[in-house]
Amino acid sequence: MAHAEGQQHPIGIYLKIWALLFILSTASYLVDYFHFQGYLRWFLIVLFMLLKAGLIVSVFMHMLWERLALMYAILVPTLLLMVFLGIGALEGHYTFFTRGAFFGPGSTVPVEHR
Amino acid sequence: MTQPVMTSSAESLPLPGGLHGVVADWSSDQRAFKNVPWGKAMMWIFLLSDTFIFSCFLISYMTVRMSTTEPWPNPSEVFALTLWGKKIPLILIAIMTFVLISSSGTMAMAVNFGYRKDRVKTFILLLITAALGATFVGMQAFEWTKLIFEEGVRPWGNPMGAAQFGSAFFMITGFHGTHVSIGVIFLIIVAIKVLRGDLDHERPGFLTGRKGKYEIVEIMGLYWHFVDLVWVFIFAFFYLW
Repeated sequence: MAHAEGQQHPIGIYLKIWALLFILSTASYLVDYFHFQGYLRWFLIVLFMLLKAGLIVSVFMHMLWERLALMYAILVPTLLLMVFLGIGALEGHYTFFTRGAFFGPGSTVPVEHR
Repeated sequence: MTQPVMTSSAESLPLPGGLHGVVADWSSDQRAFKNVPWGKAMMWIFLLSDTFIFSCFLISYMTVRMSTTEPWPNPSEVFALTLWGKKIPLILIAIMTFVLISSSGTMAMAVNFGYRKDRVKTFILLLITAALGATFVGMQAFEWTKLIFEEGVRPWGNPMGAAQFGSAFFMITGFHGTHVSIGVIFLIIVAIKVLRGDLDHERPGFLTGRKGKYEIVEIMGLYWHFVDLVWVFIFAFFYLW
């Protein structure tokens, strides 16, 4: 739990996390360097991204040692952004579909208005 | 007149843990965030609001990238640099990532030495953090210059494909770069406060008039790590996707 004197931890834990972040960044760079494509690429990118984000928030920002009340106050609204993300994806697909339907080849819109 | 006695029963009584603790903290009819200085709680809440701002940018970027009928420029090629006669994809962005992660590492150590009241070490680490942050902004300026003058990328269009590429790029990286720049300025201010001993002697701050305490180094650190955190998402979604 949190200490009264502020967050006091051995220096070694920061060095270890620092090294881990370097390894994970290198790994995500290599995903691009070796031209991984498709679902493998997306899976690896998101995996390395979430691991890095988790390490930064939990150790560097000391979230691991905070009380649950603060943890939930910050993390729950952030997770709710997933809903927003879903809505954005729906909207994106819909716009793409309507663009194809109205401005694509074979649409009923007169050419001069496309 | 009797003065109210300052009892801090919330601190002296043992606090329940787990989910029971969450309910107890929030329903205590006192401050909800126990064991945390209010400056730190406020920084967390500010960072939450900033999370929403950057999420708005990244989700809008996703939406325009999904909905465009033009091909999206390949970031791996757009951000490639020719070094020693070889074209290396994304190399500048990779270096920027390492610079920012290193600055996060030195920041974490600065917080640690701050709580140990090691003034000189905290000052040096804060200064290294600021220098790395400034390096990052410098490299970003180089990247922007290359993109604008050599590649011809504009917020309203570019020769490589979808026009939304430029607007999303300048908006997202510009906002992030602004955050880094503001962070560098505040890092230097905090570093000077540490070196002068303002925090040891609890001298009031020039702006807020609050007593100087080493918790401000940690609060500064929260902001700085957040800037690094946002970069993790920008790197993944904008440059690697």
